[in-house]
Amino acid sequence: MCRAGFKVIFMVSKVDNEKCLRCGGCVSVCPVDCLLLDEVEGIAVDAKKCTSCGICVDFCPVGAFSIKKED
Amino acid sequence: MLFKNEYDVVIAGAGPGGAAAARKCAEGGLSVLLLEKRQEIGAPKRCGEGLGLSFVNHLGFKGNEGFVTNMVDNACLVAPNGKEIMAEFPDDKGCILERKLFDKALCYKAAEAGAKIIAKAKVIDVLKENGKITGIKAKIDGKTIEIKSKIVIAADGVESKIARMAGLDTKNRAQDIDSGFQYEMAGIELKDSNRIYLYFGNDIAPRGYIWIFPKGKTVANVGIGIAGNRKKTAKEYLDEWIETQPKIKKGSIIEVNSGGIPVGGLLKKMTLDNFMVVGDAAHQVNPLHGGGIDEATVAGEISAKIAIKAIKKGDTSDKTLKEYNDLWWKTRGKDLEKIEKYRNLVEKLTDEDMNILAGAVSGTELLDFAVGKGETLVKILMKNPKLFKLARHLI
Repeated sequence: MCRAGFKVIFMVSKVDNEKCLRCGGCVSVCPVDCLLLDEVEGIAVDAKKCTSCGICVDFCPVGAFSIKKED
Repeated sequence: MLFKNEYDVVIAGAGPGGAAAARKCAEGGLSVLLLEKRQEIGAPKRCGEGLGLSFVNHLGFKGNEGFVTNMVDNACLVAPNGKEIMAEFPDDKGCILERKLFDKALCYKAAEAGAKIIAKAKVIDVLKENGKITGIKAKIDGKTIEIKSKIVIAADGVESKIARMAGLDTKNRAQDIDSGFQYEMAGIELKDSNRIYLYFGNDIAPRGYIWIFPKGKTVANVGIGIAGNRKKTAKEYLDEWIETQPKIKKGSIIEVNSGGIPVGGLLKKMTLDNFMVVGDAAHQVNPLHGGGIDEATVAGEISAKIAIKAIKKGDTSDKTLKEYNDLWWKTRGKDLEKIEKYRNLVEKLTDEDMNILAGAVSGTELLDFAVGKGETLVKILMKNPKLFKLARHLI
């Protein structure tokens, strides 16, 4: 909560690793290099780097990404 | 597993590009380590599995090996209005591969030549001294291990991070990467199991196409490659199309694949001191049809040729390795750059344009066009008033 009474909400890319097929295409399109592929676990998003631009959402062939509020 | 802590060449990624580089380097007398992050080489695939027989021969195979599941004689291109154009493959048959077996066969060849290969070994960083690459850091069997090498070749695929770690900008622009999705389906009914089918149309596959690559009489890879940034995902487009195809719809799903296809953004700079990048990691893919096995292999072979030369000379600086860059651009880059221009045109085609085109040209002309030989097509387009504007873009 900032002084003016506005709550600052950060948006971030979230991945559903149940849907993810571990192809890694998103890693190559992420402009800020915030995605990491693990062949078993799936995709991890570095929330500190993510700018919620949504390019991963547009790319993902199976729709595993969404832009949501940061936890 | 015994491996040394120093090699002439360390290669990251055991796909066709990495395996080709490893094999050629080993045949040239270099000590080679090829690392693959996955636990099984070749699986899961991210590929429609088509490759020309002449290229299979180029790799030293007859085409009757277990990894060739089926042979195809021609392609049928289907326009948005349903018009079918037949295209015979000129003096070459097409092989539909089983990538898992094929990629392993390539690695068997590399191992026979003397390369050391380790699966489930992930390169996590590059080693640098005074700003120059001196080897890699890998996670092998749960341990972090440093391995020195005179040259590092990054063949780590579309999600490549190694080239970026080394200092090359290999990031893909969003518009240069297609979104691919595929089912391997069994129990389907194919009109002709020795023919590949390609379906075009902005409603079914915007800026791309749907393919059927038959792996047998009732088995095929049914996939789609489209531009990202659409309302629906590649999977949704493919699912919707399959719904309209009763003979496909009745089949079973044997495997599910997805992938990013780098269909543009060829790299002008692919080398650094002691470092080269090949294959999907260097965006070496045909920008029109999205095939990359042959491109990665050719690049891997060229990189090996230069690596052997550089190591014999005792100079692996960027100045020497740059010859890979120059030779690749001369051999493949110029053609691919031309095809990328064609792609920019094809992307603009409306369904109506495609229908007109389908009525005016032959399949062979379209296939020539897809490999960079668009001259005949231009002549035909120039004669047709409705297609004249398309021709203008091509010249």
